Amino acid sequence: MSFLEAFRIAFRALNANKVRAALTMLGVIIGVAAVILLVAIGTGVQDEVTGAVEGLGSNLIFAFPGDFEGGGGGPGGGLVRSFTLDDSDLLQRRLPESARVVPVFQGPASVSVGNREVRTTIAAGNEYASEVFTADYLGGRDYRRSEVSAAARVVVLGSRVRDELFPFQDPVDQTVDVEGLRFTVIGHVAAQGGSLTGDQDNQIYMPITTAQRIYGTDEFSTIVINVEDAGDIESTQRQVRQILQGKFGDDLSVFTQEQTLGILSQLLGTLTFMLAGIAGISLLVGGIGIMNIMLVSVTERTREIGIRKAVGAKTYDIMSQFVIEAVTLSVAGGAVGIALGWAGSLALRSFAPTVVTAWAVALAFMFSAAVGIFFGVYPAYRASRLDPIEALRYE
Amino acid sequence: MTNDVPNETMEAGSAPEANEAPPGEEERCGEARVVLEARDVSKRYILEQIEVNALRSVDLQVCEGQMLAIMGPSGSGKSTLMHIVGLLDHPTTGTVTIDGVDVSNMEPNELAATRNKRIGFVFQAFNLLSRTNAAANVELPLIYAGVLGAARAKRAREALVRVGLGDRLDHLPNQLSGGQQQRVAIARALVTEPSIVLADEPTGNLDSRSGMEVMHILQDLNRQGNTIVVVTHDETVARHAERIVHLKDGRIVHDEIVQDRIIAEDRLRELDAEEAAEE
Repeated sequence: MSFLEAFRIAFRALNANKVRAALTMLGVIIGVAAVILLVAIGTGVQDEVTGAVEGLGSNLIFAFPGDFEGGGGGPGGGLVRSFTLDDSDLLQRRLPESARVVPVFQGPASVSVGNREVRTTIAAGNEYASEVFTADYLGGRDYRRSEVSAAARVVVLGSRVRDELFPFQDPVDQTVDVEGLRFTVIGHVAAQGGSLTGDQDNQIYMPITTAQRIYGTDEFSTIVINVEDAGDIESTQRQVRQILQGKFGDDLSVFTQEQTLGILSQLLGTLTFMLAGIAGISLLVGGIGIMNIMLVSVTERTREIGIRKAVGAKTYDIMSQFVIEAVTLSVAGGAVGIALGWAGSLALRSFAPTVVTAWAVALAFMFSAAVGIFFGVYPAYRASRLDPIEALRYE
Repeated sequence: MTNDVPNETMEAGSAPEANEAPPGEEERCGEARVVLEARDVSKRYILEQIEVNALRSVDLQVCEGQMLAIMGPSGSGKSTLMHIVGLLDHPTTGTVTIDGVDVSNMEPNELAATRNKRIGFVFQAFNLLSRTNAAANVELPLIYAGVLGAARAKRAREALVRVGLGDRLDHLPNQLSGGQQQRVAIARALVTEPSIVLADEPTGNLDSRSGMEVMHILQDLNRQGNTIVVVTHDETVARHAERIVHLKDGRIVHDEIVQDRIIAEDRLRELDAEEAAEE
């Protein structure tokens, strides 16, 4: 019997048992699609966050009150403190001229124009804030040093806030209410997508002094220092620690951008592995589904093998038919699964960053195909070795 | 074939000598060729730790053109004998010869080729491929015989026409009655033009009328020259054959030539008349 004929027999058998074929394929499809999708989400989030930290500008040092380095994973037993503008001013005076010190304050706020209102996040800094919050201006300008000193009520709108409050309009020189106070819009920026701190497009930017006044506080939680020369990062990191030691002692964390990235990717790596674990379970479930269908049909198929052998099928004929059937189902199911997983990850892009990775595709496909082929072929192999009459009598 | 006029004299004439001969005698077939021969065949197997002697030193010859019944109560070993001479099972000891070729030392694949070419099976449970139409079921042995495409379809169609199912080619087994399914199975057994057709309780799952129709087809095929062996526990079915081999406890106990053979076509006609009278 020719190879072509073996294909015809296999496809005829598949065609005659569409439900069984479809259910087997479904197992492969679910397994493959789930793995691809989940790993794509994990990888996508990881890439996005890493990119966001890298995109913050170069040569940054971050200082936080509290001991995050002690291994406890959070503020130590000591007093939890915050920075004040005195701390950032002290740093700016004592560090070399080229270092830019930016106090960073973030907090929720509602912004409204007339009866339109948006819940948003205030991201506040000083006149060097553009070193930290990199953004492209579509119109207007950044706030100035004088506006920082005067705690002027000026605001720069993120793209989504602008689209909500001023659809198809130029917001510059318009007024908005932030937490009930009247502000003048001085600029607006282009869409940037999500980031470490949430949705950058759903942010408004203003001088830190202004933000503190809204909240009635003189505290903030992060100081970012931009170092001009990458070679100076480590020495600057030591200096920052020295300068603030008097006030904070060991209750202070100072990370370079690289260290922050390291911590983040470790965290996100764990996330990806967790998603891969979930995906692995999906594969297992899919695999068990395939196995079930294949094993449930063993009785019927063993009788089929008995009939085929009785009318003259050789072992080779039987095996080639079953191998072709199993490979066809696994490959077709795998292909559909890949397509679905891929399409799904594209569809998810508007909600979460996704990146389809080759290893996930390969792993998912190989595993499902292996399960499908093994459980398709092995029972057939055993049945093909029986005397035909035993196969016919099989129950 | 319903147009065939039954010829009782020819039927009687085609039987070998009317007197009984002792079983296992070499010249049993006389002038006719021996199609199938079992010599000293025994089958033992262990069932739940008890040794079962299904067949004990059985000798059997089937002559070309003969219609033979192997008859016995359940457990007599008749099905085992059919499976062994049909090369679906192998004997513990003894030899089976088909068309003069000893199959004892054949490998599984050679046995498959021999079954394909020389033997056609009809089973009690039909054993058709489910969800596969009649024509494709009949084509099955031809596929493994290497017959291709149009020639294959044509032969399958002809075989189905011979059993009166020319208008049921595309029907799936579950769309056919039991009798029709068994006729598809007969067509499948015939399509390779085998040396011998082995039928194991072919009427066992059928109502009496369908059973008669199946026996009528088998008798008709026999009249056209096919060698047929029917295995049954039912004396009425057995008496459609021209010779009956009685099996008991794994041994041949009696080998008789049927004196008043039942002609299925006559009985069908009687049945039609009875039904017409009732209405």
